[in-house]
Amino acid sequence: MTQYLIKRLIMMIPLLLGITLISFAVVHLSPGEPVEMQVAMNPRVSAEARERLRKFYGLDQPLHVQYLKWVGRLAKLDFGRSFAPDGRPVVDKIKERLPVTLSINVIALLLEFGLAIPIGVLPAVRRDTPLDQGMTVFVFLGFSIPTFWLALLLMYLFGVKLGWLPISGLHSFGSGGFGFLRQLCDLAWHLILPLSVATFGSLAAVSRYMRSSMLEVISQDYITTARAKGLSERTVILKHALRNALLPVVTLLGFSVPGLIGGSVIMETIFSIPGMGQLAYNGSMARDYPLVMGILVIGAGLTLIGNLFSDILYAFADPRIRLGKG
Amino acid sequence: MRSGWLASLLALSLVFLVACDGKKSAAPPVQRGPGTPAYGDALVVGSIGEPSTLIPLLASDSASHEVAGQVYSGLVRYDKNLNLEGELAGSWDVSRDGLTITFHLRRGVKWHDGQEFTSRDVMYTYRVTIDPKTPTAYADAFKQVQRAEAPDPYTFRVTYAKPFAPALESWGMAILPAHLLEGKDITKSELARHPVGTGSYVFKEWIAGQKIVLESNREYYEGRPYIDRYIYRIIPDSSTMYMELKSGALDMMGLSPVQYQRQTDTPEFRARFNKYRYPASAFTYLGYNLRHPLFSDRRVRQALTSAINKDEIVHGVMLGMGQVAHGPYKPGTWACDPHIRDFDYNPERAKQLLAEAGWKETNSDGVLVKDGKPFQFTILTNQGNAERLKTAQIIQRRLKKVGIDVKIRVIEWASFLSQFIDKGNFEAVLLGWTISPDPDMFDIWHSSKTGPKELNFIGYKNPAVDRLLEEGRGTFDTEKRKRCYWRFQEILAEDQHYTFLYVPDALPVVSARLRGIMPAPAGIMYNFIKWYVPKEEQLY
Repeated sequence: MTQYLIKRLIMMIPLLLGITLISFAVVHLSPGEPVEMQVAMNPRVSAEARERLRKFYGLDQPLHVQYLKWVGRLAKLDFGRSFAPDGRPVVDKIKERLPVTLSINVIALLLEFGLAIPIGVLPAVRRDTPLDQGMTVFVFLGFSIPTFWLALLLMYLFGVKLGWLPISGLHSFGSGGFGFLRQLCDLAWHLILPLSVATFGSLAAVSRYMRSSMLEVISQDYITTARAKGLSERTVILKHALRNALLPVVTLLGFSVPGLIGGSVIMETIFSIPGMGQLAYNGSMARDYPLVMGILVIGAGLTLIGNLFSDILYAFADPRIRLGKG
Repeated sequence: MRSGWLASLLALSLVFLVACDGKKSAAPPVQRGPGTPAYGDALVVGSIGEPSTLIPLLASDSASHEVAGQVYSGLVRYDKNLNLEGELAGSWDVSRDGLTITFHLRRGVKWHDGQEFTSRDVMYTYRVTIDPKTPTAYADAFKQVQRAEAPDPYTFRVTYAKPFAPALESWGMAILPAHLLEGKDITKSELARHPVGTGSYVFKEWIAGQKIVLESNREYYEGRPYIDRYIYRIIPDSSTMYMELKSGALDMMGLSPVQYQRQTDTPEFRARFNKYRYPASAFTYLGYNLRHPLFSDRRVRQALTSAINKDEIVHGVMLGMGQVAHGPYKPGTWACDPHIRDFDYNPERAKQLLAEAGWKETNSDGVLVKDGKPFQFTILTNQGNAERLKTAQIIQRRLKKVGIDVKIRVIEWASFLSQFIDKGNFEAVLLGWTISPDPDMFDIWHSSKTGPKELNFIGYKNPAVDRLLEEGRGTFDTEKRKRCYWRFQEILAEDQHYTFLYVPDALPVVSARLRGIMPAPAGIMYNFIKWYVPKEEQLY
């Protein structure tokens, strides 16, 4: 087992290097430079001032030198300072935004699976009934409606016309003075709209998957056997069928875990949520190299760690992998 | 294709929103008196972008300067009529030869942390700005200074090698607190997130990505501002911002022409908000690459301007929320010659001018031909600016009528600069400039500024203009400068290397509970400390 782990860890080193190389290349291949984005077309900035800024950011050095310096710092877990004028450490910027994105994504994921599973199971059990068709229309509606459009309409209805829900942001005015519980309620109140819109849009994939998986299981012999034993329909479906049908969906859940740290730019922009999506988007628009590379590397790194964990779990379950054979 | 589909959906949804508006307009407009000035309440402002740093010296985005402008002050500033007046400098003298400026600083001004403001702070700001290690975009004007001295705590004197009129404006730069920065690395300073200034508002808190809160400076040397808090909310989407405004969660934002003209014209909206309208400090132009043989003939450029109907653009694109531009200066300012007219819309004249320049025959597509080549060019503009794209389309149609075939290309900003502008690889560009109150336009028009990455990228070279620009920045005498710049505008109107298109209007909207707003050439924010909300209408 230890041997296997060491082997896996050593294999990660070239992978990580590859990731840094690709991140660096992708970012530097895009046209324009951070300095350009800051000062271009500003009559008060001379060519000399421009050069001074380039030098400050180290952009006057050859690319391979820039890359080696960056990787060298990365090896010490130093992601460097942002090229934005505030020059704050990249890690600070990410730390500030990650909790928001992470918690919203976790809640959204729970809601998505929590709703999509019953929405998938019910139509499978009552196949070709109006319920089945209705659900199909419902989830595909959610899938096809552009989220930004739905979001704007709901914001107008609930925020402007009815005044029931806040339109955007995460906190009410003066919420800093609230107690902890009230702050939490305030946050939840602000999250109702964005979470509903996000969940509605993502129901289709999981629920359709669930439905087909359920249909497949129901037609199996052992379900017929269970029915023949005289078990109630409820027990057959919930105990025998659902468990097996859930397995592929749980794998799907595993796939969505690395996505938890990425935010949707569109949703964050419309609802003014300060999350990772906006950070990455604004960073790339401003050609903030260290920030964008930092986000890419951290994201890729987390994915690698996630894969490693699942492989370790597989290894526990399957001796063939553990022994490095087969 | 996809974005077109999305856009039409959005348009549809807007129609729906507008339709909803119509039903609600039964409430009669509320008449409000001026009320009595009272302290208290807050102003909540929406901003599309988040400031990057609150040290103005390092910032290059407008959001940063907007917030920092409330916290810091400069030695001088522009008053409501866009004339320079003293701010931290109570007064100043310019020596007879125009080489030395002496600033007499206000006494008793305190930094927000209680320290006294002195010439040491000014000296520090000057030194850190010209320090080659400081990554600032604003060092150039200060570099003209030959000697800077602070003979006593309330006097600061700078000497220039030759008279340099834009120098005065450059001292409007925010003065930084020496006692907090001296001997430290400004790029790693706390002040970027937690500024300490001398201005009318004191920094309170900044919640990343959400809001910045400022509190009124009770010790402010021009008197305590009435509004207690200035809250700057970051809302990256303009439709969201508009809905926040309508729901009452925002007190102020800038409207688009459509919002101003169509969506806010209800009695209900007018009762709750006041809309303002004045020319913005900007203009949009069509610039021709003078290195390209097509545009080297002045008659051709004059013909192009004659063939474009600027009125139609102002009405079609800006819904009338702007005015036709004839030159590079803001209408109503002293540098702008109100009598300058360039070429009015006159397609017959355009055809005649083109014929004089040798464009006589047309091919089977109706396009003018000279020496076997059709008159064809591409207008480049940047992505993300719908107004510019629409303007280009209107121009395309008008030029087609005189036999010119125009193509339009929209390009992402970074590629636009690096692949096209910097390489001189373009025929015509549709862009805009922001106009600074000082009329010096040396960097945009002088023949020495045509190098790569410099701003005279169309390659305009005219010795007469060079002389006028040098003369205009070389004297502090406003009358003399006016003569230079008025003559300069006459030359531009003849040369037409730019077709000046329009000056858009700034369209701010402010909640009606705020009083004391007096629109002036400088806009509305210049007297913000005098804005107030009568006690009975205070919300926060």
